[in-house]
Amino acid sequence: MTEMYIPKNKIDDAVQEMMAQHKVFAPVLQGRFHDFAPLSSPEEVDWECRNTRLSPKGLFHRHSERMFDYSLSKDDPEAGILKESPKDFSPRVVLNIRPCDARALQLVDVNFDTPEYRDPWWVKRREATTLVGLACNDPCSTCFCGSVGTGPFDAAGVDVLLVDAGEGYVARACTDKGEGLLAEIASGEPVTAEIREKVEALKKQAETSMADLHLNLDLIAEKDMKELFNEEFWEDVHFSCINCGTCTFLCPTCWCFDIQDEVYEGKGMRLRNWDSCMYPLFTLHASGHNPRDQKLQRVRQRFMHKFKYYLDKYETATPACVGCGRCVQHCPVNIDIREVVRRMAASCVCPA
Amino acid sequence: MREYTEKIREAARRLLSEKKVDAVIGFRKGTLPFMNEPCIVKHADQADRLYWDGNCGVNLANYLAKRADRVAVVAKGCDSRNIMVHVLENQISRDQVYILGAPCRGMLDRRRILAELGGKDPLRVEEQNGKIHIEGRDFGLTLNREEYLQENCALCTHRNPVEYDELVGELVEEQKDVDRYADVREVEALSADERKAYFQELIAPCIRCYACRNACPLCYCPTCFVDESRPQWVGKSLDPVDTMTFHFLRAYHCAGRCTDCGACERACPVGIKVRQFTKKLEKDVLELYGYEAGLDMNERPPLDTYRTGDPEDFIK
Amino acid sequence: MEIPRGADTRVRPYRGDANSKGGGRSLQARNGGIEVENPYLPYPVRIESIVTETEDRNLKTFKLVFLDAEDEAKFRYHAGQFAELSIAGQGEIPIGIASSPTEEGYLLFTVNKAGKVTNYLHNMKEGDIMGVRGPLGNWYPWETLEGRNVVIIGGGFAFTTLRSSIVYMLDPANRARFNDITVVYGARSPGLLLYKNELIQWEKRDDITMHITVDGTNDPDWKYNVGFVPAIVKEKAPDSDNAYALVCGPPVMIKFTLPTLAELGFPPERIITSLEMRMKCGIGMCGRCNIGTELVCKDGPVFTFDYLSTLPGEY
Repeated sequence: MTEMYIPKNKIDDAVQEMMAQHKVFAPVLQGRFHDFAPLSSPEEVDWECRNTRLSPKGLFHRHSERMFDYSLSKDDPEAGILKESPKDFSPRVVLNIRPCDARALQLVDVNFDTPEYRDPWWVKRREATTLVGLACNDPCSTCFCGSVGTGPFDAAGVDVLLVDAGEGYVARACTDKGEGLLAEIASGEPVTAEIREKVEALKKQAETSMADLHLNLDLIAEKDMKELFNEEFWEDVHFSCINCGTCTFLCPTCWCFDIQDEVYEGKGMRLRNWDSCMYPLFTLHASGHNPRDQKLQRVRQRFMHKFKYYLDKYETATPACVGCGRCVQHCPVNIDIREVVRRMAASCVCPA
Repeated sequence: MREYTEKIREAARRLLSEKKVDAVIGFRKGTLPFMNEPCIVKHADQADRLYWDGNCGVNLANYLAKRADRVAVVAKGCDSRNIMVHVLENQISRDQVYILGAPCRGMLDRRRILAELGGKDPLRVEEQNGKIHIEGRDFGLTLNREEYLQENCALCTHRNPVEYDELVGELVEEQKDVDRYADVREVEALSADERKAYFQELIAPCIRCYACRNACPLCYCPTCFVDESRPQWVGKSLDPVDTMTFHFLRAYHCAGRCTDCGACERACPVGIKVRQFTKKLEKDVLELYGYEAGLDMNERPPLDTYRTGDPEDFIK
Repeated sequence: MEIPRGADTRVRPYRGDANSKGGGRSLQARNGGIEVENPYLPYPVRIESIVTETEDRNLKTFKLVFLDAEDEAKFRYHAGQFAELSIAGQGEIPIGIASSPTEEGYLLFTVNKAGKVTNYLHNMKEGDIMGVRGPLGNWYPWETLEGRNVVIIGGGFAFTTLRSSIVYMLDPANRARFNDITVVYGARSPGLLLYKNELIQWEKRDDITMHITVDGTNDPDWKYNVGFVPAIVKEKAPDSDNAYALVCGPPVMIKFTLPTLAELGFPPERIITSLEMRMKCGIGMCGRCNIGTELVCKDGPVFTFDYLSTLPGEY
């Protein structure tokens, strides 16, 4: 696979070259924190951004997706018939996505891209997008990607992996799409052995600097679903939760959504909006019956889904969590997923 | 304020073993610097979980509405006012709640402190004598506590609990000559168009997560108006008009009830200054009706009752 | 005892037939690339007739006809499946298909007036246009039921997919595949029974045994049973030998019917039910209808009680 070295004083040129053929999204400082935004010039990229507040899942699974339009006007022979809203799936690059967030996109693929049904917007955006990951030399203290099956230098989800080697970036193509992108970049130089060694050293340092949570996820995978569901520790875990939905909205692997119709003066549209299992309305039946009307049930659902149901359903070894730490940082009441998972795993150990 | 920890633990042990309450709601030490987690303790031997320091900004009154058991709650000034509001609004009865009053010198604004660190991770934090000592992997920083209080705490005029059964610390001096509404007056001075632009910019980052609503002790409606479908009052997308409708209406629903505890702003994941909506109404209620929420259990809130002297100049 | 979870106890739909998945036309890509059929796009249909089924007017059966014959050809379904009925400007509702695949040219849906969309639907008229998305979900295990006795137990307005099942089995092309068919169906009163005319016709047939019941009635001309469904099941005691039971009804009916069936010798893996959940996408993506690992809209709504007992009881 193609490798190249792009000195930092040439990186803007490289980004400009990407922008010639693609719409490029990158972390841009907006107020006090960063979010992925479309670039109008390479200088907007903040290369020091540790990670964005909202995950890049919003670039594929938009917060509010207009699905269909329809007319409701009485004289219109097509009234009441839904028509797909036009979309733009031109080629895009998501630049400086962190390995955790890129891996998260793969974890979400199993939901939107199934043998029976394919979500057209997710699938087409994924197809049109080249992911250029930026390895984490300095993981945050709340990151735990290494404990959930990925890592600060994990290339699993990206098409190109960039590593900040000090004076420049090493770019390595990981997929055919990545190869195609690097072919568009003229500002690259060959990678020397010295730089390659430095990258290895950075990788090792990043991986060891992250606290290993010693999460024994196998224990959770092996435990019976109903037993884990009925454990007593959920009583303690759930109390502080205010069901605010912050965790689900910031999480790169949360995908739940709602479908709403909105009408204005004879025209309407069907929308898809992010939704959250944290809200009681999420599971409320029209009859008034609600399978998860208690807060404990909703809190338990989130963790069970991410660390148990997902593993069981998709028969995978990795949970629906990439350790990005956003929920840890932003939960207003400090419910710490690392603690909850530790308790889930601990409950699986029978007292000797 | 960490001295309170011992008093809280002692009180919890006593109240639980004497069966005066079924549970004690307080905080336990958080897993992150500058954060603590609300927790409930139901047995005297769990009392040592409880903890208190300058990072207890969450309003514990949020956990009280419609409870059926008897609980003790650690309450700062603003929290105690919200408990009073709950009692006034029949969400809980006064004798169900044993208030452990915690006089407060203001809570730290975690986000502002983190912004000060420029992306570096704090690993250890200690508060001492009005200073915050922060240590990270390769840095150390000391800040003045007074400069990094939550915005509502900096302007607080009710640091002492207004109602309590027992104090867990000495009463503190209330701040004097505090101009609570300087920022509101600035917005009031803008033209209508400027104000519209101001508010549009204020809520532009809103992701409709409703963290503000859920953190607020006043928002206890079984079905929030945004979740109604018959009729549907507000759309659920990021449409700016719908988003403004949500924030404005929520603020109006809090008018005459809001104690400016700051829980909404603390909770917002995208850093919106949510209090800009509620403070204007707080100012209006004070000026029109001379009323501050949650101070007097024997006075009905202004939107609940009518006095002959109420202003009428809006009736044309 | 470890309850095996696998193909032997689960009701697995036959997924080899590509036409049995829901979906509409493809999303036209503006810049080339792959074509993806859009599973959220409903087929346009016209309401051909509306029949008020019950005396409280809360249940109406809508006969829907596809505007486009090609769509009808794509909508090949099995008894037990459901569809999302779509009303532009209102939303969608997941409703069991009441018609049988043997009834050609139309679809029947019996809808209870419960909320926003159903209320609007109840006020719609013949000739109005709406949408249908589907067929969705799995179905009753027809291959497994071949050569068996089938006991159908239904209560109230949960009877819709059971009607589909009965019409399917009674069709001359299918009848010989199944052994005895026994039906216990009840409602609170005679006026609340669905498909009254058909019930009477079936009762007269000799290739199906009907036990129609009501909880209570003042009607002196009431010819059939009086008693709660579980009690009638107990009384009529259908033979559990080589038999499967399909049970659909309100939670309280199911709660009391299960022990009765157990006493009659039906093991949980031969008692099948169809669950309801709040649904939006109907295709297993929006995440709200899960019970543990199972998405009711895609892995269900048909489950054996044996399988359900391995799942958390959150439904």
